[in-house]
Amino acid sequence: MNHTSLKQLSHLLASGQASSRELCQDYLDRIARLNPVLNAFITVDPERTLAEAEAADRLRAEGRAGALTGVPIAHKDIFCAEGWLTTCGSKMLANFVAPYDAHVIERCKAAGLPCLGKTNMDEFAMGSSNETSYFGPVRNPWALQAVPGGSSGGSAAAVAARMAPAATGTDTGGSIRQPAAFCGITGLKPTYGTVSRYGMIAFASSLDQGGPMATSAEDCALLMNVMAGFDARDSTSLERPAEDYTRDLTRPLIGLRIGLPREYFAEGLSADVARAIEAALAEFRRLGAQTVEVSLPMSRLSVPVYYVLAPAEASSNLARYDGVRYGYRAPEYTDLTDMYERTRAEGFGDEVKRRIMIGTYVLSHGYYDAYYLQAQKLRRLIAQDFAAAFQQCDVILGPTTPTTAFELGAKRADPVEMYLSDIYTIAVNLAGLPGMSLPCGFGADGRPVGLQLIGDYFSEARLLNVAHQYQQVTDWHTRLPEVK
Amino acid sequence: MQWETVIGLEVHVQLTTAAKIFSGASTAFGAAPNTQACAVDLALPGVLPVLNKGAVERAIRFGLAIGARLNRINVFARKNYFYPDLPKGYQISQYELPIVEAGSLPIQVGEQTKTIRITRAHLEEDAGKSLHEDFHGMTGIDLNRAGTPLLEIVSEPDMRSAQEAVAYARALHTLVTWIGICDGNMQEGSFRVDANVSVRPKGSEAFGTRREIKNLNSFRFLEQAIEYEARWQIGELEDGRAIHQATVLFDPDTGETRMMRSKEEAHDYRYFPDPDLLPVKLDEDWIEAIRAELPELPQQKQARYQAELALSAYDAATLTASRATAEYFEAVLAALSPSPSPEGRGGAAKLAANWVMGDLAAALNREGLDIAQSRITPGRLAGLLRRIDDGTLSSKLAKEVFAALWAGEGDADTIIAARGLKQMSDAGELERIVDEVLAANPKSVEEYRAGKDKAFNALVGQVMKATRGRANPQQVNALLKQRLGG
Repeated sequence: MNHTSLKQLSHLLASGQASSRELCQDYLDRIARLNPVLNAFITVDPERTLAEAEAADRLRAEGRAGALTGVPIAHKDIFCAEGWLTTCGSKMLANFVAPYDAHVIERCKAAGLPCLGKTNMDEFAMGSSNETSYFGPVRNPWALQAVPGGSSGGSAAAVAARMAPAATGTDTGGSIRQPAAFCGITGLKPTYGTVSRYGMIAFASSLDQGGPMATSAEDCALLMNVMAGFDARDSTSLERPAEDYTRDLTRPLIGLRIGLPREYFAEGLSADVARAIEAALAEFRRLGAQTVEVSLPMSRLSVPVYYVLAPAEASSNLARYDGVRYGYRAPEYTDLTDMYERTRAEGFGDEVKRRIMIGTYVLSHGYYDAYYLQAQKLRRLIAQDFAAAFQQCDVILGPTTPTTAFELGAKRADPVEMYLSDIYTIAVNLAGLPGMSLPCGFGADGRPVGLQLIGDYFSEARLLNVAHQYQQVTDWHTRLPEVK
Repeated sequence: MQWETVIGLEVHVQLTTAAKIFSGASTAFGAAPNTQACAVDLALPGVLPVLNKGAVERAIRFGLAIGARLNRINVFARKNYFYPDLPKGYQISQYELPIVEAGSLPIQVGEQTKTIRITRAHLEEDAGKSLHEDFHGMTGIDLNRAGTPLLEIVSEPDMRSAQEAVAYARALHTLVTWIGICDGNMQEGSFRVDANVSVRPKGSEAFGTRREIKNLNSFRFLEQAIEYEARWQIGELEDGRAIHQATVLFDPDTGETRMMRSKEEAHDYRYFPDPDLLPVKLDEDWIEAIRAELPELPQQKQARYQAELALSAYDAATLTASRATAEYFEAVLAALSPSPSPEGRGGAAKLAANWVMGDLAAALNREGLDIAQSRITPGRLAGLLRRIDDGTLSSKLAKEVFAALWAGEGDADTIIAARGLKQMSDAGELERIVDEVLAANPKSVEEYRAGKDKAFNALVGQVMKATRGRANPQQVNALLKQRLGG
């Protein structure tokens, strides 16, 4: 059962071979066994999960089940879920029980998907290794001494170790795709505005986007059908007709034009990753696709641009954590200013503080034009690069990350080196485009390699189609780590 | 040295939307603390703002009413600072691209009209309230007001005296209540004024250094604060000290201003466009629909009253001090129409204006009532005016009828009949009384004939007395002259 896809689980439930309660119990048992090793979950609440499973079973008994009713998933601890501890990986919210549901949670509940628990993550989604979590790092199921990637590292590890068949994640600069790559699973970051940000704790509002993480493109498509949809409570949510993200899965790839950005196959790319990507390209050619070289000249600026804009927004978004209304408050203080300073000094970790300081600096009087405004201009140029590339190709293909998963602690001392691990993913967020990562092999170290697909706006169904066709002729996505 | 005071005002106008500017919570005043603060107002993790279209509509109404430019694309920004009653740690406001720019408002100071330029008006959310009383050694926070929609209206430094500043504030108050975007309640903080004040040698072109007086919530305090501040600044300069830019507070108890913070202590608000809100795009059709719904404005009415009704600038300004007053006045005029007056509509208008601004205003004042609460309806006042106009009532009797109308004794004609107040129109009866008065006052008759005009007035008085004021004075005059001359 633990190798099973969402579609198969749905079939088990529909045919009466298993109840949602049984499925949930099975996953909860596996979580109980593996989580002490992997630390993928911050909160597990079997009672709550089983109650949701029983409700789903009743729906099915009453003949009111939908496609995925009763199929459990895990949620990144960035989504507010009523009655659940919702920490965002921070000491600041270590005691925060959400009093309301995020739009994504509402939709999952409406579809009858029980919640298996809340997954670990980098603090406020700031990090690429899951090491900034107040609740300790997550371990990579493929190599326990390696990081799972971040910030959705808990979701990625949980799915890779089959502690959940699928999970939600969020991606601000690569936080779905990079951990998906490091953990050998499939993840999709949709077009900005496709999945509502309401109830998704903000890191950088103009970049944050929720999306599915699962073992296959097909499962990502099924979960997208649940997660996506217009929400009037998010002013950046796009009002578009509902889509069936599975609609193009079986489309053949004959004639598909794959763009290969010169800049993604240059210096910095490890030989392991390059080899796996080359092999995948050969597979795509066999499927009838053609490749064409494209150029994204401005993409080299995406890391510096991102590390101006994202901290700027974060410095403001995180101002609400002041100890006044909820969350952590320093136990002792002398006056108001002292309460603010101690609360925030004690409640936030180093990486969060670093970004708040960078963001405060770039927005300050006298620096705003040189940093924030300049970065906004470059952001437009980066988006124009992609627009030009999509004149020549249907999808862009490249590595998700320069290397396979690195060792725990390896980059903790050097933030810039850590930031560079997102060098291939960040430009996609700056442009607001959809992107996904899918497993395409292993490095010499036995750790998974991720392949990134980038599409034009609203081309999620096409990206899922391309990934699905590849997964029909390869089995990387079915490989299972042996967690000891 | 002769000094000139230079004043610019920033006015925070609370808009009349039922819900807050970025959430669905109610804006009603006076609820128990924190009962009107939803998840968005509390700034819980993950919540997002959604712009209330009603607030935008009201800002457009204002922009149209002051002939301003409406920015077809305007942008909300975040103004970042920490304060316990500011839940998000930033205020959503408009900074570089406000919704309204470059309008103007005429004001009336005595007989003089002056135009005050309005730099900009932008939408923003209000903060909550910190409650320092009632909590020993602690501060209470009430977030009911957090997120209440405000329009901040910023003038150019076009005013040159406290009186001009008050006239502008009053004109603005009249306008925002007139077009229904604000309830105008200053006690509840619906209309709050900050005054930027500087002084300079008369004739100088350059502005002096300004100090900003915060949060003045009455016209009287506005006047007192500016006068004190200007005097203080002149004193400093004359004593050879420089003025430093600062924010000050006015203490109504002492009548003085005192420093709150210096320029050096001013915040760096780190404004940047709010990524949670898209730029606001104003649709031309929407603007035109709002324009079509706009009522006739005070300045338009003033011009019309002067041109069509031949009222003075002063009368026109007084009658348009509030929309309710103007509506009352126009209802009286409408009830009088077609005008019975031989002098035509202008005569009726002057009569109506005099009564609305005179006896009616006095009666309302006495009881502390608003004109909308008047005990006399416009129709009944018109009934009284008709009887004055047609000579049925002398001005003295008219006052008596007015008092009876105010006391609720029915309409004018009923009161006239019940009290027998009708002016005497029976010439025979008046002739008889005149003859009796002449017979009874031979001394006065003699004096008159000897050329003493005063004696004539005494005879008129005697006739009026004998008729208990019901005689038409013109008729009495004519009859007396006829008899005495004969």
